[in-house]
Amino acid sequence: MTRKVTMRVFHGEPDEDGVPLGEMVDHEVELDEGMVVLDVIHRIQAEESPDLACRWNCKAGKCGSCGAEVNGKPRLMCMTRMNDILDETPAGDPVTVKPMQTFPLIRDLVVDVSMTYDTDRRITPINGPSNKDWVFHQPEADRIQEFRECIECMLCMNTCHVLRDHQMFEQFAGPRFFVRLANLEMHPLDTENRLPEIKEDFGIGYCNITRCCTEVCPAGISITDNAIIPLKERVVTQSYDPLAWFARKLGIAKSK
Amino acid sequence: MGEVTTHEFDVVIIGAGGAGLRAAIEASAAGCSTAMICKSMLGKAHTVMAEGGAAAALANADPRDSWQTHFRDTMKGGKYLNDWRMAMTHAEQAPDRIRELEQWGAVFDRTSEGLTNQRNFGGHTYPRLAHVGDATGLELIRTLQQKGIHLGIDVFMEFTVRRLFKSNGRIAGCFAYDRTDGSLHIFKAKSIILATGGITRCWAVCSGSWEYTGEGHAIAYWAGAEMGDMEFVQFHPTGMIWPPSVRGLLVTEGVRGEGGVLQNSEGDRFMFNYVPESYKAEFADTKEEALKWVDQVVAGELATVRRPPELLTRDVVAKAINAEKEAGRASEHGGAYLDISWQDSEVVKKKLPGMYHQFIELAAVDITTEPMEVGPTAHYVMGGVKVDPESQETTIPGLYAAGEVSTGLHGANRLGGNSLSDLLVFGRLAGLRASESAKSISEFAEIAVGDIQDVVTETLAPLSREGGENPAKVCESLREMMQEKVGIIRVGAKLKEALDDLDDIEARAAMTSPGGRRTYNPGWHQALELSAMIDVSRMCTLAAMHREESRGGHTRDDFPTPNDDVWGAINSVISKTYDGEMQIEHRSYPEIPDDVKALLDQSDLKED
Repeated sequence: MTRKVTMRVFHGEPDEDGVPLGEMVDHEVELDEGMVVLDVIHRIQAEESPDLACRWNCKAGKCGSCGAEVNGKPRLMCMTRMNDILDETPAGDPVTVKPMQTFPLIRDLVVDVSMTYDTDRRITPINGPSNKDWVFHQPEADRIQEFRECIECMLCMNTCHVLRDHQMFEQFAGPRFFVRLANLEMHPLDTENRLPEIKEDFGIGYCNITRCCTEVCPAGISITDNAIIPLKERVVTQSYDPLAWFARKLGIAKSK
Repeated sequence: MGEVTTHEFDVVIIGAGGAGLRAAIEASAAGCSTAMICKSMLGKAHTVMAEGGAAAALANADPRDSWQTHFRDTMKGGKYLNDWRMAMTHAEQAPDRIRELEQWGAVFDRTSEGLTNQRNFGGHTYPRLAHVGDATGLELIRTLQQKGIHLGIDVFMEFTVRRLFKSNGRIAGCFAYDRTDGSLHIFKAKSIILATGGITRCWAVCSGSWEYTGEGHAIAYWAGAEMGDMEFVQFHPTGMIWPPSVRGLLVTEGVRGEGGVLQNSEGDRFMFNYVPESYKAEFADTKEEALKWVDQVVAGELATVRRPPELLTRDVVAKAINAEKEAGRASEHGGAYLDISWQDSEVVKKKLPGMYHQFIELAAVDITTEPMEVGPTAHYVMGGVKVDPESQETTIPGLYAAGEVSTGLHGANRLGGNSLSDLLVFGRLAGLRASESAKSISEFAEIAVGDIQDVVTETLAPLSREGGENPAKVCESLREMMQEKVGIIRVGAKLKEALDDLDDIEARAAMTSPGGRRTYNPGWHQALELSAMIDVSRMCTLAAMHREESRGGHTRDDFPTPNDDVWGAINSVISKTYDGEMQIEHRSYPEIPDDVKALLDQSDLKED
C-alpha cells in the first residue's frame, strides 16, 4: 500500500551578509509504513538530490541532531512519524520542511549552532567532592535526572522568542542552559554558587515564562516549571529578599 | 581549489565519543596542547546511544562481586580470545573510572543506601552495570563533554579524517576536511589517538548511526597498522524489526535485565532450549526458578537461585532467535517476542523510559501492556586495531587506539556494559601514554608534500565526476550484500562471493558522482566514506573466511561448532603488504600465567 506525498523542502545558502537565499522545492516521495520525516529526507537524497544538506546521527531520538521546522513546528525529524504529519496537514497541501530559523543558515536544513557551545563554556563547572566517599539518595537524584535527559537538540532555543526574535545570545543563556544551570545548582555534590551569573551574565530575567520551550522539548523536560521558575525564585531570594540579605550580613546564612 | 590549512598539536584525538573525550581530558590535564577532531558535533557521538550501563565491579548491589569475577566473566564471554592483560586492567580499573565520573557530575541511579546502583546484564555473574534508566551513554558523554570544555581542548567539529601521515616510521599527522564548508586541513601531531568507534553501518540491519562507517579502522589499516579479530562482529539479539523504517534500532538488554522474557510464535519461552553446556550450571532450567530470580532482584535482594536464560551472552541469544525463525516459529514480522508487560507498568516506565517512548512513538506499541517484536541487529565490532595492552599504542609508533576501534578486551564476544567501561579505562590510558610520548618529542615532523597532494586529489575527485551513480545506491548495495553474505550466519562459498562483490562495489564507488559543491554536501561525504566501508568489509569477510569454526560473534553454517584444538587460542591479524594487498595471519596472545588462570572458570579450561 504505497502512498505518495509532496514534501516542500528548503534548499539554499546564505548570501555574503548571512541572509538566507534559497527556495522551497517540491519533491514527490513514496511512503512506506512507519516512515519518519528523516526517512523521507533520506529518500530524497537517495533518489534525486544527493547533496541535500541535513544533519543527523542516531535516528533514535537520542542525539538531538536533526531538529527542523516541519509544517512550521520545531521537531526532531527522526521522531516525527509521517502518519501523524499527514493527519495534521490539510488534504492536498504539501508538507513543509525548513531549517531552524533562530540560528544562522549553513545550507538547506543545516544551521550553525556554534554559539550554544560558547554559552556552555561560560557556565561555571561543577565543584565536586575531592574524596570519593559520597552518599546521595534516589530522591536527590530524581530532582536533577530530568534535566540530564536533555539531548541538546536546541529546539527550545529555536523556539524561545528572546533568541528567535531578538537574537540575544550574548545577554541570555536560553532554555537549554537554564536547564543545565538548574542541574548544577540542585546537584547534590556541587558546592558552587552560580546565582550571580544566572542573574547578570545569563539574563534569566528576560524570560517571561511563555512556556514555548517546554512545549517543544522532545525529552519532555518541564523546562519552565522545574528549571527556570526555581532559578528565578532563587535569584529573587538571594538578590532582593531583605531578610536574607540581613542574615548574610550577620553571617548566619551562607550566600547560597 | 586545493588550499590546505595546517594546525599543530602535541596530541590529536580522532573521535569525540566516550573514549576520545576521556583521552582528551587526560592529555590536556598532562599539559599537552590537545585537539579533538570529530565527524559530528560535540556531544552527538555514538556513545550517546548506549543504553544499558557501564560494567564495573563496585559491589554495591551485590557484595559478592569483585574485579576477579568481572575478569572471569569477560574472558568467558569472549570465549577466551581476549587479550587477558587488557581484560585484567579493565576489570581492575573500571570501578575507579565510574566513581570519577560521579565526581565530575554524573548522576547514576542509587541503591537504597545511596550508592551507585547496578543492574544485571547478560554474562555478568552479579548486578554490575552502573546506569541511568536506559540512557547511560547520554550521561557518560555529557559528563565528559562538560568536563572537557573547560580544559582548553580545541574541538574541530564536523571534520572527517581521511588519511594518517607517517614520517620515518612514526605517526606525524593526519589530513581532514571540514564537512560544513569543504575546507582542507593538515594536523601535525606528536601523538595521535584513534577513538573513532565502529563499523556496523556496513550491514543493512544495524544499530549504528551514520558515523559508523569505519574510517578509523580504515585509516589505521591504510597507514600500515595491524588489525585483529575482524571476523568478530556482535549481532545484538534485540533490535526493533517493525516498522521497516526503524529496523535495527536497539532494544536495550536492560529489558531482559529487568525481567523481560523471549517467546516464539507458539508462546514458548525458547531460551531454556539454548543454554550452552559451559553455562548450564549458572542458568535456571525452569520458569519457576527464573521468575524467583527476577522477583528477588527486583525486590533488591541478593539472588539465591540461578538467572533466567534470557541473560545468556548476546551471541547465544541472537543465534537462538535466528534458529527459531529458521524453524518457522518467528513472530509476525520475522523475529521473536520480548515481553516485559507482566511487570508493573510504573516500574517499566521508570527503569526503561527510553524503550517505552521508542516503542510508543515509532511503532505504536505500548510495552507496558503488549510484547515487543525484536530480532538481531549488527551492533558492535570486537575486532579492530591491535594495541599494546600497557599503553594502547598500535603497531605504528605514536599512534594509539581506544574503545571500539581497538581490539583485545572483548575477544570473540563482548559482554553488554563492558563497552562503556572500556571507553573510560582505555581512553584514559591512551591519553596518558600518548601525552607522555608526545612530551618526549621536541619538533613536529615534516609531512611529505606528495602525500598531501595525493589525498587532496582523492578527496576532491568525486565533485568533478559526472554521470555516475548516486553514492547512496552503492552504499545500499554494499550494506545489503554484507547483510546477506557476511551476516549472523556465514558459509564459506558466500564469503568467497562477498570478496568478489566487494571488488565490483569498489569499481562502482570509484565512479559515483554526488554533484553539488563543497558546502555541507552529504552526497560527497558518502562518496568518500565508501572507500573505508569497502576495506573494513573486506577485512571482516577475509577473516571470517579463514576461521573455519563457530565462536562468539562468528558463526559458520559449514563449521557449526567451536574447534578449541585448532582455533581456541588463535587470533586473526590483518595488515597491508608493501604492494597494497590485504594479508591475513594468525597468532596467539602470550600464555596466561597460572595465578591468573586460577581466576578463570576451571571447567571451561578443562574442555580445551
